Amino acid sequence: MALKKLGNQTVKFQNPPSIIATASIVGPVEGQGPLKDYFDLILSDFNFQEKTWEKAEKRMLKEAAEMAIKKSGVPGNQIEYFVAGDLLNQIISASFAARELGIPFLGIYGACSTMAEGLGLGAMLVDGGYADYLVVGTSSHFCSAERQYRFPLELGNQRPPTAQRTVTGAGAAVISSKNQNPRITYMTTGKVIDMGEVNPNDMGTAMAPAAVDTIVKHLEDSNRSPEDYDLIITGDLASVGKDIVERLLKEKGIDISDRYTDCGLLIYSPQQDVHAGGSGCACAAVVTLGYLFKEMQKGRYNRILVVATGALLSTTSVQQGETIPCIAHAVALENL
Amino acid sequence: MMDYIMAFIIGGIICAVGQILMDFTPLTPAHVLVLFVTLGAVLSGLGLYQPLVDIAGAGATVPLPGFGHTLVKGVIDEVNKYGLLGVLTGGLRSAAAGITAAVVFGYLMALIFNPKPK
Amino acid sequence: MSKFSQEQKEYQEFVKRIRPKPPYLQNMVMAFLVGGLICAIGQGILNFYVFLGLERTKEAAGATSATLVFLGAFLTGLGVYDEIGKRAGAGSIVPITGFANSIVAPAMEFKSEGYVFGVAAKMFVVAGPVLVYGITSSVIIGFIYYLLKL
Repeated sequence: MALKKLGNQTVKFQNPPSIIATASIVGPVEGQGPLKDYFDLILSDFNFQEKTWEKAEKRMLKEAAEMAIKKSGVPGNQIEYFVAGDLLNQIISASFAARELGIPFLGIYGACSTMAEGLGLGAMLVDGGYADYLVVGTSSHFCSAERQYRFPLELGNQRPPTAQRTVTGAGAAVISSKNQNPRITYMTTGKVIDMGEVNPNDMGTAMAPAAVDTIVKHLEDSNRSPEDYDLIITGDLASVGKDIVERLLKEKGIDISDRYTDCGLLIYSPQQDVHAGGSGCACAAVVTLGYLFKEMQKGRYNRILVVATGALLSTTSVQQGETIPCIAHAVALENL
Repeated sequence: MMDYIMAFIIGGIICAVGQILMDFTPLTPAHVLVLFVTLGAVLSGLGLYQPLVDIAGAGATVPLPGFGHTLVKGVIDEVNKYGLLGVLTGGLRSAAAGITAAVVFGYLMALIFNPKPK
Repeated sequence: MSKFSQEQKEYQEFVKRIRPKPPYLQNMVMAFLVGGLICAIGQGILNFYVFLGLERTKEAAGATSATLVFLGAFLTGLGVYDEIGKRAGAGSIVPITGFANSIVAPAMEFKSEGYVFGVAAKMFVVAGPVLVYGITSSVIIGFIYYLLKL
């Protein structure tokens, strides 16, 4: 009998693990956005003094992890796991960062939902008694993602209004069994949902039903209502997907619109040329660990449901005409 | 002056048709280019593209259907001169300047410049 | 038989109604204007080569293509062509300058994978299919023409 399980998909942590320190690094475009003052480091260019964008992404993730560990005050050799993933094939940013960090590594992949998956799994490891300190992290890079999933940067293509911009950045958090706020109290693991969307230039529409499914399951399993949260925030649905989530939930009789927003909308200002908004692993990561974490420490928010969304497609699956499978994981962050 | 106006109008219309295909169908830019070059070749084979070139000049030769037309025109010329072998030699011979320029300038530019993320 | 379930079909209908549309008219006008302008510039280059004494349909036409390809490649290298393309769409994709852009853009970007499998192989990601279909269709058409002539 699973003692800490509620319903089919939700875990309630017995001794909610705490997030004792976070770090966020972003690229130059995110560094001009409205959340710029919340980030620990803003890069002046896309290369971060590295030769390739892939190396730059790996370095962001590595430095974010190191920065979070340093801020936590925990000696490096006491960090027991590095739980991380990213968007690049074979999650090379995470595993190559792990090569340099020298911390036992668990690689995970949830596309842009990786941050929530990492926080949830990290909290399970700690609450399960398998670790006292671990670091979770994820990264994405506009240039490395564009070249893997879409087109070369200098190709003169037009983007539709539903397109999103991959956030350049990395976020990391140290999770611990210490008795300290904010904490991770619940995790709802999402199912893979595919509504038959095929357009890789419209991820918000593809991923919105997965977010809806996970939010509904979370509220059911935890026996909570939207009013129990100060804020419900999805990972990277941007303007198009956020609108769909609100409408679909209203159809089910759940109104979250007065306390709902999306990381992809917060990270850029409307004046920036980013179409529907932000996306990528780093989108949910830097907004949650940079902005929301600091606002929770200040006490502006005390209960947040972070629902990070991911599109589990590959370039091969798109070319073979496959529809886009999507996922959303929810983690509840609370000041107890 | 008239030749500039005709080039502008016909060239503009061909591009606008491409835009409509991209906006209203799931075709990507690469699909549109492939479609246009093939379409240009077919129209040229049917004898319909040369009249457009006569009217529009660069307005018909600069857009990609013009590339298909150049290939077919070269093939037909050489079939007339050398028979069956012309089927294989004519196309590339007539399009040689464009293709070679694309390969060589493309390569050189790639060596000199680097992409600029924005 | 559709491969989609009822639920999926309903969702697709629903999102079709609310999905933001591209600015169709603006896109079309911009494609017309920029595409037309590139062709008019091509006409100017063609006239210039004819003025220099090149034969119009073969020599001057070839020289014009080569010149436009150079300009497209150069503007791509400078990082200007994608800025034009953002606004002009097909207006800068369909002319031969766009063909040059489709060669230089991936070649430049994949330099990090080396000069053989990076630059040289990736040059033809878009241009390759254009050459394959262009050349193949011209050969088929030429062969039919040959048979009809017999």
